[in-house]
Amino acid sequence: MASTATLEKTASHPGWLRLTHWLNAVAVLIMVTSGWRIYNASPLFGFSFPSQLTLGGWLGGALQWHFAGMWLLFVNGVLYLMLNIATGRLFTRFFPLSPRGVLQDLSTALRGKLAHDDLSHYNQVQRLAYLFAIVDIVLLIISGLVLWKSVQFGLLRELLGGYETARRVHFVAMALLVGFVAVHLVMVALVPRTLRLMITGKGGKSS
Amino acid sequence: MTVDKSPISSDANEIITESRRLLAPRIHDTTRRNFLLKGLTLGGISMLSGCSLSDSQSVETALASISRFNDRVQGWLFDPKALAPVYDEAMITRPFPFNAFYGEDDAPSVEAATYRLEISGLVADKRSWRLEELRAMAQTDQITRHICVEGWSAIGRWGGVRFSDFLQRIGADTSARFVGFKCADDYYTSIDMATALHPQTLLALTYDGQTLPRQYGFPMKLRMPTKLGYKNPKHIQAIYITNTYPGGYWEDQGYNWFGGS
Repeated sequence: MASTATLEKTASHPGWLRLTHWLNAVAVLIMVTSGWRIYNASPLFGFSFPSQLTLGGWLGGALQWHFAGMWLLFVNGVLYLMLNIATGRLFTRFFPLSPRGVLQDLSTALRGKLAHDDLSHYNQVQRLAYLFAIVDIVLLIISGLVLWKSVQFGLLRELLGGYETARRVHFVAMALLVGFVAVHLVMVALVPRTLRLMITGKGGKSS
Repeated sequence: MTVDKSPISSDANEIITESRRLLAPRIHDTTRRNFLLKGLTLGGISMLSGCSLSDSQSVETALASISRFNDRVQGWLFDPKALAPVYDEAMITRPFPFNAFYGEDDAPSVEAATYRLEISGLVADKRSWRLEELRAMAQTDQITRHICVEGWSAIGRWGGVRFSDFLQRIGADTSARFVGFKCADDYYTSIDMATALHPQTLLALTYDGQTLPRQYGFPMKLRMPTKLGYKNPKHIQAIYITNTYPGGYWEDQGYNWFGGS
């Protein structure tokens, strides 16, 4: 009985996880859409983002959103990482992780045979994808700090290879995060129970 | 200021009407209700149609106060001893880009012979300055990166009087909070005293070894590699020291005031 109770408990997403997940979703939405508007002011590459998809109305407005959203992204991200480490969840849910495990789970998934009875148990492809999202957001914050304060954060600037390189790092990290979100949303659409789990914290286990 | 206006879908309208119906009876305080309904309408429409959320007065106020908070954070982060990187002559961006709120041909022509730099505010010596007097002061040269608020950057070489030397010379009250600038192109801006005293802050009289050309701000610009481009005023006519927040051309429209890098 005790082990069943423990399993029940761990099978749900705790409140702090759901809260930080949705705050992060809002922060990422704000940062990406306002960031696109800022990008459009001086496109690095040969294209602009459609302005209907951007936030802020003009460069000044987009900058205000971006530099307000950064606090939400940063504070919420720190809170998430601290709770994730303190509760031991980071290590129990995301590890072990190995290239072989990822390939196995990926091939099982592609053959449509991956089990989803316990949604809070992450398969290795999920582990890799979520860890990637965490690392990518950390990279976005670091490169963003270099763009925001390239003189004050001189060490970070040199680590990233200078201001102009940091711009490109920031852009690529954004593109990868948007790619992650796209795949993430497709996966949620394929297994809609995951959405309920992330909202209510329940329904992670199919009976 | 441009604001995107997209047509609102009928779905969005329905959602708002329905939400209003559900929300209204629960909130008794009318002020609060109006605030929420306004927020709901503008926020909802904006989210659904991707237009500017800044339409909403309350959102705009919140963003402006976060921007002021960011001013304080930047003031706190600013290290008076941290120097911006300097570059080799080979790395200078050629041609150096022209940038202003008007076209290159519209840059003002200031007459050198009759030019006087006006000084006012919290200073001991308010007499105005002729260009020769500024050129007679100790000159220094530096090759630094100019970073624009739009994201692009370019490396250039500016020379002139170290601004802290100049402030000392006019007996400026360096415990004052702001240094303000008024320019011949009707531009105006202001900076914090800590940045004004930074060793790389120059009252620039030359560009790339030549007298500062008209398009780059003749007769002088304030060059600060520790701040974004719009904080570096060109064609300066008047400098004043004050404790009253002076704002700026772009800052008054929503750009962050500190604008540090």
